Amino acid sequence: MLWDWEYALEILPILGKAAIITVEATFLGFVIAASLGLIFAILRMLGPAIATPVTILVELVRSTPLLIQIFFLYFVLPKFGVTLDAFTAGVLALGLHYATYCSEVYRAGLENIPRGQWEASTALNLGLFTTFKDIILPQAIPPVVPALGNYLVALFKETAIAVLELMQTAKILGSETFRYVEPITLVGVIFLIMSLVSAAGIRWVERVLNRRIMR
Amino acid sequence: MTSGAAMPMVRFEKVTKRYGNLTVIDGLDLSIGRGEKVAMIGPSGSGKTTVLRMLMTLERIDGGVIWVDGEMLTHVERNGIAVPADTAHLRRVRGKIGMVFQHFNLFPHMTALKNCMEAPVTVLGMTKREAEERAGELLAMVGLADKRNHFPSQLSGGQQQRVAIARALAMRPKIMLFDEVTSALDPELVGEVLNVIRKLGAEHDLTMLMVTHQMGFAREFADRISFFHRGKIEEDGKPDDIFGNPKNERTRQFLHAVLDAG
Repeated sequence: MLWDWEYALEILPILGKAAIITVEATFLGFVIAASLGLIFAILRMLGPAIATPVTILVELVRSTPLLIQIFFLYFVLPKFGVTLDAFTAGVLALGLHYATYCSEVYRAGLENIPRGQWEASTALNLGLFTTFKDIILPQAIPPVVPALGNYLVALFKETAIAVLELMQTAKILGSETFRYVEPITLVGVIFLIMSLVSAAGIRWVERVLNRRIMR
Repeated sequence: MTSGAAMPMVRFEKVTKRYGNLTVIDGLDLSIGRGEKVAMIGPSGSGKTTVLRMLMTLERIDGGVIWVDGEMLTHVERNGIAVPADTAHLRRVRGKIGMVFQHFNLFPHMTALKNCMEAPVTVLGMTKREAEERAGELLAMVGLADKRNHFPSQLSGGQQQRVAIARALAMRPKIMLFDEVTSALDPELVGEVLNVIRKLGAEHDLTMLMVTHQMGFAREFADRISFFHRGKIEEDGKPDDIFGNPKNERTRQFLHAVLDAG
């Protein structure tokens, strides 16, 4: 028989534990990606002295594979005296990698704000910080939430590479019993369910934000 | 330094502004007294809006100096030499100036009341309560007491522009700039905005500079008319003189064209 229900049920709790670690990695990674991405995007709007190095960093990270960045954090940083465990290295690499994508998304949102909003802020003598916090970001972020959400789902799936927890557990289970169909299928189903749930979550956030901003 | 009433509220001294090779303001000298109401008229592209934008520090100047209320706006003195002003200086001096825009530029994610509270709370350090009270008074003054909790998208153009006027006034400016504030409005909404400006002029001791195509309003409201042409003031004088007996040939042509069309 190709599919053994008994075996599937037996390994489900083990995979479930691994799934929790995956969710943790996704959550932490996305918090880093979303906040660091916003910081990158804002820094790139300031004068060239700040914007140029940030742009170079963003392009560098965006144009190299995630796997290389993980290897760099995990294997190369210890040579400089910074040792990270696998989970931390994976989460940091995911966060930084996706921060560069998120920064592009935020940038599109920021560039869509009409010049008049900036000019009105100047005419009212608002400081730069207040202008971003109260005027620009509340208008720039809601429209880009769907695009950010796509990256959340993508980041989640990449944990299969970066943190390996689910995949690795499935492989270990498979190599012990020589049954790969159940573990790998279950991992696929777990990823599918969690992707669908997070996509629904994003749509909910979108609705809430759209209700708050009236145009 | 001269003192008191003799000192102009706004003074442009040989101010020049260029966009690339195009000189939009060419060595402009302009002096506006305290409480004076000046209407700037002229063909489009003649530089009148740029004058307001430079005064609001929305445009950097390429030459000359702008003075506001007895001190330099665009420069600060260091070791006896005037050097371009830093942001802190610009912020302090431009706090005396408020501006109303052609396209209102209200904050779309805030109610009328919040639009009028934002700057007083974050810049002047008012408490929410004080700011709300003051914003309520100003909205009542522009005739929108019942619209305080409306978002800009729920208001007509004329109402939005009146909120924008209240918002600027909430910062207690000494100088108000009006940049073609009725140009984006449907004709039937122009009157309500002009009425608010009339009321402001009558009840407050504000120095007012306006760029306008409403010649009738300019003639009736302003103390002085400045006719701009190619980045310079071609003719400047009392409304009745400019409209009744223009001396400059270009002024005459311009007035002919707009008055006939209107």
